[in-house]
Amino acid sequence: MADVVLNNIVKTYNKGEVKAVNDVSFEVRKGELFGLIGADGAGKTSIFRILTTLLLPDSGTAYVDGCDVVKDYKTIRKKVGYMPGKFSLYQDLSVEENLHFFATVFDTTVAENYDLIKDIYVQLEPFKTRRAGKLSGGMKQKLALCCALIHRPNVLFLDEPTTGVDVVSRKEFWEMLKGLKQQGITILVSTPYMDEATLCERIALIQSGSMMMIDTPDQIIKKFPDKLYAVKANNMIRLQTELRNNSQIKSCYSFGDYHHITMENEQLTIDNLRASLQNEGLYNLEVKEITPTIEDCFMSLMNR
Amino acid sequence: MRELKFLLQKEFKQIFRNKGLLPLIFVVPFVQLLILPLAADYEVKNINISIVDQDHSSYSQHLISKITSSGYFKLAGYAPTFNEGFKQIENGQADLILEIPTGFERNLIRENQQKLFIAINAINGVKAGLGGNYLSQIISDYNSDIRVQWIRPGRFKEAPTIQLVSSNWFNPFMNYNYFMVPGILVVLVTMVGSYMCALNIVKEKEAGTIEQINVTPIKKYQFVLGKLIPFWIIGMMVFTIGLFIVARLVYGIVPVGSVLLLYGYLAIYLIALLGLGLLISTFAETQQQAMSVAYFFIMIFMLMSGLFTPLDGMPQWAYVIAKINPVTYFIDVVRMIILKGSDFSDLVYHFTIMTGFALVLNGLAIWNYRKTS
Repeated sequence: MADVVLNNIVKTYNKGEVKAVNDVSFEVRKGELFGLIGADGAGKTSIFRILTTLLLPDSGTAYVDGCDVVKDYKTIRKKVGYMPGKFSLYQDLSVEENLHFFATVFDTTVAENYDLIKDIYVQLEPFKTRRAGKLSGGMKQKLALCCALIHRPNVLFLDEPTTGVDVVSRKEFWEMLKGLKQQGITILVSTPYMDEATLCERIALIQSGSMMMIDTPDQIIKKFPDKLYAVKANNMIRLQTELRNNSQIKSCYSFGDYHHITMENEQLTIDNLRASLQNEGLYNLEVKEITPTIEDCFMSLMNR
Repeated sequence: MRELKFLLQKEFKQIFRNKGLLPLIFVVPFVQLLILPLAADYEVKNINISIVDQDHSSYSQHLISKITSSGYFKLAGYAPTFNEGFKQIENGQADLILEIPTGFERNLIRENQQKLFIAINAINGVKAGLGGNYLSQIISDYNSDIRVQWIRPGRFKEAPTIQLVSSNWFNPFMNYNYFMVPGILVVLVTMVGSYMCALNIVKEKEAGTIEQINVTPIKKYQFVLGKLIPFWIIGMMVFTIGLFIVARLVYGIVPVGSVLLLYGYLAIYLIALLGLGLLISTFAETQQQAMSVAYFFIMIFMLMSGLFTPLDGMPQWAYVIAKINPVTYFIDVVRMIILKGSDFSDLVYHFTIMTGFALVLNGLAIWNYRKTS
């Protein structure tokens, strides 16, 4: 059996008015690094809270490490590590004290599982007497990860661990996750950043509480239905208006320096497009075919 | 049990590290105990009196000097007419006017009786009542002085009089502090119990740490006990400091009854109050909410507990509220044990009621805590 299993989980708030999780089913295999990708408010945190036994689902069943999240919640709490999206350690206790406290709560010691957190903890070591509340954002994340790991959990739940963390710390953080994966820990991580999706083995794209696609990042990109082009011109705002008004263009989103477009049919060639745009008075045109990113896939799925 | 030990360790570490909370626990009680009894003293002194003496006789002079030398009254001034004197009341310079009519001395001697007029500013009812009382006492005292002067030796008294002799039990010198200090001590303990416990739990909610704790094997009851026990101990400490240091050394109050019995009652009382704190924390989502709700209760508890005003003077509805207020019972018990030396047999009723409070409040809190999570 997979380490995390969800079967048709539904969760609503405000007496059914708000549907946070809508009939979600997926599995996370043992030792997998699984990403839950979706915008804010997509229902990621609700799924995490159901899996960590903090929230009861309205219907559906879910299992973590073979235990039912409703019936065997006590067993689950001993075996999982959870790092909430919001920093939730004791700000008035020091780094050391927090770690020690969470170790003792799980009836273990820091020394016993030190090998697991060693790589992460060495970076925190110089600040070990500092209060957790006085740490920088990246350091707080590392401490929270250490605390979530200190009892050697079988499954690790990380809810938006890299939100609000600088680029360097984010990169480091993902490196750490890879290291943990090698230790055989199943990791379920959520993120609103599409660029982090490719760092996971498999991902689930989620929007408004519903699963849009679950696969490896490569497969998801392969499944992208159309050819994708990147277009650039001197006036990007006018270019976007022109492209969106063109009935032969299926979609147009701006991605940094370029607009990514897909076409309604293959009749419209790059040359035709170039010509029609030049007629509109746009110059310095650049049109090229590109491989889609996860974000392109996400946008295309969202509009289906 | 192991988990509980670690929770307690953590809790005490946090409390003793909280630079804002520590003085609140250990300094504020001292300050309040030193200041409040002085402010809540009902013995009214320095009542400003304005005298309209239209007689200017030796008798009126004698009366005035008797009034001003009593210590209760301060002469705000003489006024030629009542209207002038009333102006002084209007200006706030005087609280009382005593009018001595023309021919006071002459008529008193000739007709054997005379009338004086007292006008009192009754905006402050307590001051007015007491001021009027003191003044009538002084005047009747003066009256008997005159009688004594007039009685010729060897003759029978003209009229039989009843003389009252009263003896004040349990507080022979009617020392107001003896009455107030134990009561204020109760209020302090109440605040520690309800406020701090509620705020502490809600703080964990606000910070999200309660979520992190919930995903650990720590059970709810362990978490709750981990919160209640520290504040139970702190409540005991505050009471001890107040009783043995401030009350004894500053006010010289030594409990007449059994200290053990007092602590026994305090123990149950704190459990009841912590239950209230816990109950508030299950409703409140933020510290601000918890604070407001706790404040609401503390205000009612304080004012309707018999701390300042006797319960018997309250209207029926207020009396009922006072009777469902745990503070009322503890104030009663503290005064009974400290001043009167009551023993357990006198307090069975109070013990039963407080145990009831402890069970109901904690029961409600646990029931609601279960429901919400």
